Amino acid sequence: MAVFKQQASKKVPNLKIGVIRWLRENLFSNAVNSVLTLLALYLIYLIVPTVANWALFDATFAPVTNEQCGREGACWRYIIEKLDLFIYGFYPPEAYWRPQWVVILALAFVWIAKLLKQHKYKTKIVTALIIIYPIIASFLLYGGPSLEIIETHKWGGLMLTIVAATVGIVASFPMGVLLALGRQSKMPIIRFLSVVYIEFIRGVPLITILFMASVVLPLFFNEGMDMDKLLRALIGIILFQSVYIAEVIRGGLQAIPKGQYEAADAMGLSFVQKTGLIILPQALKISIPNIVGSFIALFKDTTLLLIIGLFDILSMVHLTSSDENWLGRSTEGYVFVMVVMWIILYSMSRYSKVLELRYSTDHRN
Amino acid sequence: MSTNIIKINSLNKWYGEFHALKNINFKVKESEIVVICGPSGSGKSTLIRCVNFLEKFQEGSITVDGTVLSDDIKKIRQIRSEVSMVFQHFNLFPHLSIIDNLTLAPIWVHNKSKQVARNKALQLLDRVGIRDQAEKYPNQLSGGQQQRVAIARALCTSPKIMLFDEPTSALDPEMIAEVLDVMVELAKEGITMLCVTHEMGFAKKVADRVIFMDEGQIIEENHPKAFFDKPESERLQLFLKQILSE
Repeated sequence: MAVFKQQASKKVPNLKIGVIRWLRENLFSNAVNSVLTLLALYLIYLIVPTVANWALFDATFAPVTNEQCGREGACWRYIIEKLDLFIYGFYPPEAYWRPQWVVILALAFVWIAKLLKQHKYKTKIVTALIIIYPIIASFLLYGGPSLEIIETHKWGGLMLTIVAATVGIVASFPMGVLLALGRQSKMPIIRFLSVVYIEFIRGVPLITILFMASVVLPLFFNEGMDMDKLLRALIGIILFQSVYIAEVIRGGLQAIPKGQYEAADAMGLSFVQKTGLIILPQALKISIPNIVGSFIALFKDTTLLLIIGLFDILSMVHLTSSDENWLGRSTEGYVFVMVVMWIILYSMSRYSKVLELRYSTDHRN
Repeated sequence: MSTNIIKINSLNKWYGEFHALKNINFKVKESEIVVICGPSGSGKSTLIRCVNFLEKFQEGSITVDGTVLSDDIKKIRQIRSEVSMVFQHFNLFPHLSIIDNLTLAPIWVHNKSKQVARNKALQLLDRVGIRDQAEKYPNQLSGGQQQRVAIARALCTSPKIMLFDEPTSALDPEMIAEVLDVMVELAKEGITMLCVTHEMGFAKKVADRVIFMDEGQIIEENHPKAFFDKPESERLQLFLKQILSE
């Protein structure tokens, strides 16, 4: 038998290590790792200088013609010359201020919402902004009373990509929530309809739905009755995306312990209160990474609009590089689109991390 | 101590083919403290969960404060707004701060103003000794503290009846006392309490009546003194022997 003396807490020992030791522990810890490290270094040596030379050191930015641009370096002049097409498509240049204002308003509204923080009417004001914004934005982009109408077949480039992705994301989200709740519903008819809808759309590729929307749907219209092609495509995208959101949110709903439902029920909360105040906030929080992942996939999928004759940013490469003045510059075009896409998608992915941290459920200090 | 606030008449419940509650009859008077004990699977939790309709039952009737329980959702919510429940696993809402956990039902179910609900919540947190944790989140608290929050949350709506479903079973031994202390204080205030628990010390100290259940039936019920000193049925004698010899 023994009794031990109570010990005082000590400070954590300093675990800082030098460069050499870091290298040895992380890159050269054993023979296999050393070989892999060297191999990786060799690959970097092969790729980076070649790419850097092509994209930067041998590249041309100056105002020159296609012939004056060298073949060994990138000809960024082509991108600069065609930038308007890449961004706006065939939208008339004198109306460029309209999509510009759409972006400025979006930023301004977000800024206002941030400023309101704990304001008494914050929820009401934000709700109003969310309702007003799409109306203003579509009025600006499309036109209407006292504003020249610009048909959607003139829309294109990054603008079209962003419109399609944003509308798809914003509209599919509430629909996805409803479908997810429908699939969990205790009412058999609602559950059945939700399951049928989800499983049907999930079994069909987006491209089929876009074809349906652009080719098959008009067959059901009467003569003279027509629906805008972009609108049809957007509806197709929303129908498609809502199903994936629904499945992602269903995963979140299933992760909520039964006790949460019981505690909410025992308090006498109504179904809507229980869902809105207790269940959905927790389920959505868990689902953030997957929801954003699904939005990123949708953003990439908007390039399929090309198939039904809508000119998104990717299809602009094809279009502009067949300009006889700029033949053979599609590599630059694709690299440019890749960089633009990457910046947007990587920002979305980082934003998802920020959201996750902000709404972290654990709060363990 | 006159009117029966809970009346249960020949209650039968089945889970599939399994007969979980067999012809239960009992009444609880206003301000009465009733402790229900029994081995696991004896139906004691199921029984009190029927009182606020967290469990459906197939036969019999339950009347709570004059309202007969039925499938009518309005009546169910009416009863639930008067009956509060404390769970074994606390079931606090992890995405809400402690104070928001407490004010949720008063604001949304009882239409209290935010300020009124908040004042009452702080007062109750004070009573259970954790007012300084009001702005924290449930996962930042110890189990004992969480259960005290859950009790405060249950009290926030000024319920007529409190149901306790094994409130100390998920706690570390050293935290059981702090929760029981709160419950003992509560018992002195005249609120009707229906407790499923294995804490025999609590039952001896505050219960007006102790009920022993086994295999879905009430086997024996008595005043605590007689219940512990002169158990009549063999099964209760065996149960007490096992539970008190620990």
